[in-house]
Amino acid sequence: MVESKHKWKAWLYLAPAIVLLLIFTVWPIINTVRMSLLEGYNSMSAVGGATYSFGIGNFKQVLEYNYFLQCLGNTMLLCVLTVPLSTILALLIAVCLNAIKPLQRLLQTIFFLPYVTNSIAIGMVFAAMFNMVGSAFGGENEIIITAGIINNVIEFFGGHAVNWINAGSSYAANVVVMVVYIVWNALPFKILILLGGLQSINRQYYDAARVDGTSRRRVFTRITVPLLSPMLAYVVITGFIGGFKEYSSIVGIFGEDMGPAGAPGRLNTMVGFIYDSLSTQQGRASAAALILFGIIFVVTMINLYVSKKKTHY
Amino acid sequence: MSSTNHVTMHERDMRRVSSRQTVGKIVSKVMVYTFLILMAVIIIFPFYWMLISSVKSISEYRLSVPTLFPREILLSNYVDAFQQANLGRLFLNTLYVGLVSTLLSLVITVLSAFAFARLEFKGKNALFAALLGTMMIPGELFTITNYATVNSFGWMDSFTVLIVPFLVSVFYIYLLRQNFLQIPNELYLAAKVDGTSDLKYLWKVMIPLALPTLISITILKMMGAWNSYVWPRLVANDEKYQLITNGLRNAFTDSTGDVNIPVQMAAVAIVSFPLFLVFIFLRKYIMKGVSRSGIKG
Repeated sequence: MVESKHKWKAWLYLAPAIVLLLIFTVWPIINTVRMSLLEGYNSMSAVGGATYSFGIGNFKQVLEYNYFLQCLGNTMLLCVLTVPLSTILALLIAVCLNAIKPLQRLLQTIFFLPYVTNSIAIGMVFAAMFNMVGSAFGGENEIIITAGIINNVIEFFGGHAVNWINAGSSYAANVVVMVVYIVWNALPFKILILLGGLQSINRQYYDAARVDGTSRRRVFTRITVPLLSPMLAYVVITGFIGGFKEYSSIVGIFGEDMGPAGAPGRLNTMVGFIYDSLSTQQGRASAAALILFGIIFVVTMINLYVSKKKTHY
Repeated sequence: MSSTNHVTMHERDMRRVSSRQTVGKIVSKVMVYTFLILMAVIIIFPFYWMLISSVKSISEYRLSVPTLFPREILLSNYVDAFQQANLGRLFLNTLYVGLVSTLLSLVITVLSAFAFARLEFKGKNALFAALLGTMMIPGELFTITNYATVNSFGWMDSFTVLIVPFLVSVFYIYLLRQNFLQIPNELYLAAKVDGTSDLKYLWKVMIPLALPTLISITILKMMGAWNSYVWPRLVANDEKYQLITNGLRNAFTDSTGDVNIPVQMAAVAIVSFPLFLVFIFLRKYIMKGVSRSGIKG
């Protein structure tokens, strides 16, 4: 090879990337494992000369900590609700988009819009849409100045206004708001990937099915879904990974209290928990981060295993 | 389908079936369009609500029966929002961080991708696999240590802390390497024979050919700076170095309850507007970058 004389050159080109990766990626991996295994580790007092015993105390402590379990529960609940819902909706939309000609491009653009938004900023818009202004919600002297546009729509169809996110709102109502926002946010990416997959399916399969007089539903379940399964698997896996890292969409709606007024932290997630203990209790934060990594790893492996069995390449 | 042996009846049946089929086709087309348009309205409604709320007076916003078109257009909300959240300063900060980090990141990415795509050295494949492996680890795991690291470097509250830790993206290196690999190696060997230096070859041949990918990376990186929230909140709370998303969230800490929502919505609209501009003019590159990451990632 021509370049064999200058092997050092490759390392020169790679040097900036490698140096930065060593400091900001490789060292953190090692250090996180180290801190998680030093019981009750705190970097401030570590600098002051404190020593820590080695063990799995951080993991035990985190797993016995109610607040952590609550964060874990919130994260899992949001994942389990939003990933299937957004995937099914995205699949429906993609299949419909693929079936039309006029307006296809315009609709495609509209469906991609939420992708290019700032999740904190648009979270504030959703909060405004669900926000009630007034006092004594549900009480005797209830005064409601504005019920919020979502409640206006519900009332228009004859329903009752719901206290979605304000003081005194129920956990279920909070979760509904989060699910709506997260699904809305997750759709564009999924639609883009699934539509791309649909457009690359060979038309001959559909022609053959038409000649055989196959019913629409059968075409969908026997041709479209199997041939789309690699994309579906990809969308589900990334959906779960993103779902377990849910954080800023909750900040967008509820602010950094991570819950409605009067119940701060009610909707906090795993990532939120890590950030809360990051500057003071690094041992605990590291243990939580490794647990998060473990969960993401296991879920990804399960997904890959299932999709390997079910996917048709 | 009822079958018959009689020829004329068969023809009549066929006609009936085909007309039934066209009716079925029209019905399904109507259903498809209704569903899509309904979903599109739901998708677009928050943007519409943001825009019309941002120009309403607070008394109009609080009508118990909301107006879907503002009665009067109050642009002063935008002026208020700009001042209340100090958006001008935040905008410049974000632009600075975005431009510098994009530029440096592009240089690092191009050099690394070139080394991985064109040069031969010991351990190349192992190193590349190790890099890809780090993509599996959630970023939060790095943040804990990086927070302590930048603190010990004395970087807190500076632009450096917002730029340097995120300069290397394994994903972008991967993306560009794939692109570089598509350029025939003969071009490189010919250039070598002609005595062209690596850097000149990179600049004259590789970069122009990989321009679409570089543009995608630039856009995604700039959008990243515009949307970043968690890291800046941890390390740069000084107003001098605050980025736009943090400024927005901090200026309007309450998102619920009795707050001046029209002004808040005006601020949100100002922050969202540049993203839409980028989207309208560079949609092709964004969608390509995102979908490529999807199919190959």
